Amino acid sequence: MADFALPRNSKVQDGKTWPKPEGASNTRTFKVYRWSPDDDENPSVDTYTVDMDTCGPMVLDALIKIKNEIDPSLTFRRSCREGVCGSCAMNIDGTNTLACTSFTSEVSGDVKIYPLPHQEVVKDLVPDMTHFFAQYREVEPWLKTDSQPPERERLQSVEEREKLDGLWECILCACCTTSCPSYWWNADRYMGPAVLLQAYRWLADSRDEATGDRLDQLEDPFRLYRCHTIMNCAKTCPKSLNPAKAIAEIKKMMLERQI
Amino acid sequence: MATNNRPLSPHLQVYRPQLTSMLSILHRLTGVALAIGTLLLVWWLIAAASGPDAYATAQGFIGSILGRLLLLGWTFALFYHLANGIRHLAWDIGWGFELPTAYTTGWLVVIVSIVLTLVSWVGGYAALGG
Repeated sequence: MADFALPRNSKVQDGKTWPKPEGASNTRTFKVYRWSPDDDENPSVDTYTVDMDTCGPMVLDALIKIKNEIDPSLTFRRSCREGVCGSCAMNIDGTNTLACTSFTSEVSGDVKIYPLPHQEVVKDLVPDMTHFFAQYREVEPWLKTDSQPPERERLQSVEEREKLDGLWECILCACCTTSCPSYWWNADRYMGPAVLLQAYRWLADSRDEATGDRLDQLEDPFRLYRCHTIMNCAKTCPKSLNPAKAIAEIKKMMLERQI
Repeated sequence: MATNNRPLSPHLQVYRPQLTSMLSILHRLTGVALAIGTLLLVWWLIAAASGPDAYATAQGFIGSILGRLLLLGWTFALFYHLANGIRHLAWDIGWGFELPTAYTTGWLVVIVSIVLTLVSWVGGYAALGG
């Protein structure tokens, strides 16, 4: 059920303001969500000042610089630093995106950084993704066939392969899923945009032979139909994919198999 | 590791309001408003069937400043819900999901519902003379 306010233990307090770098003229202010499991404090927002003359252009560059030079306790996930791994997904300047592909210069004013919204926080900017990946597993994201395998690979025509464009590029960063108000209120039962886009990736695959089973599994008032076409998912996707459209295609398949 | 005291990360508190989500919640709110407004309509019809005194009471409330403001709100709610409902029908057949299209249709729905509201009120006052 929708609970619009944060629980008591999650209310965000004012945090520490860290010293400014000496002699720097070109600086930006970063306001970063902090929470540590090691004490009983509520989350807080710390303020860091970064010398941009010695910092890379991306928000991730600034976070790494803060961790290296100002506050080594700052915790966040990162890996590929080029938008293919999805690790550094977080809420920057009010929308979910990847820190590694977001230019600091495109944010006006203080750069506000929070973990992905409405998730359990493990530490600082690290949310617990266990539930998200459990839901991903539930759509059985692999090719399922009953027919005898051909001597070589299962072939697709160029046209059949094109149906997977805009789907296979998803990196499961969870930006879309955690931008969805419907998912915020019903994550226990609603699959969310990322997982549904992945589900459609297999429904749209000409080689897959489990279409009926896959649709059966999704035909549920919550799993699929909690999507109310809010479109926050498509708006926020750092890979410019369109989960809302993929979900609409699943809804159409549900209808088409009844007529 | 202790997991029971983990905080919930901020959501509504930090997520930037944008056309996508704002029009969606407005659709929900206008739907609720229309359901409540229907009660007023029912009251008015029952009053009309009950007799001149009851009808005069209902008509007096609806004609008051507060009543007219409520009616103005419901008129907008009706036109917005109607226009955005048509947008939803387009989505249901798989049309209009590209972001530029969704933004164009979104603003179109806002403009159309405001214009239709104004037209019906200006037309109403012109026809009935206040």
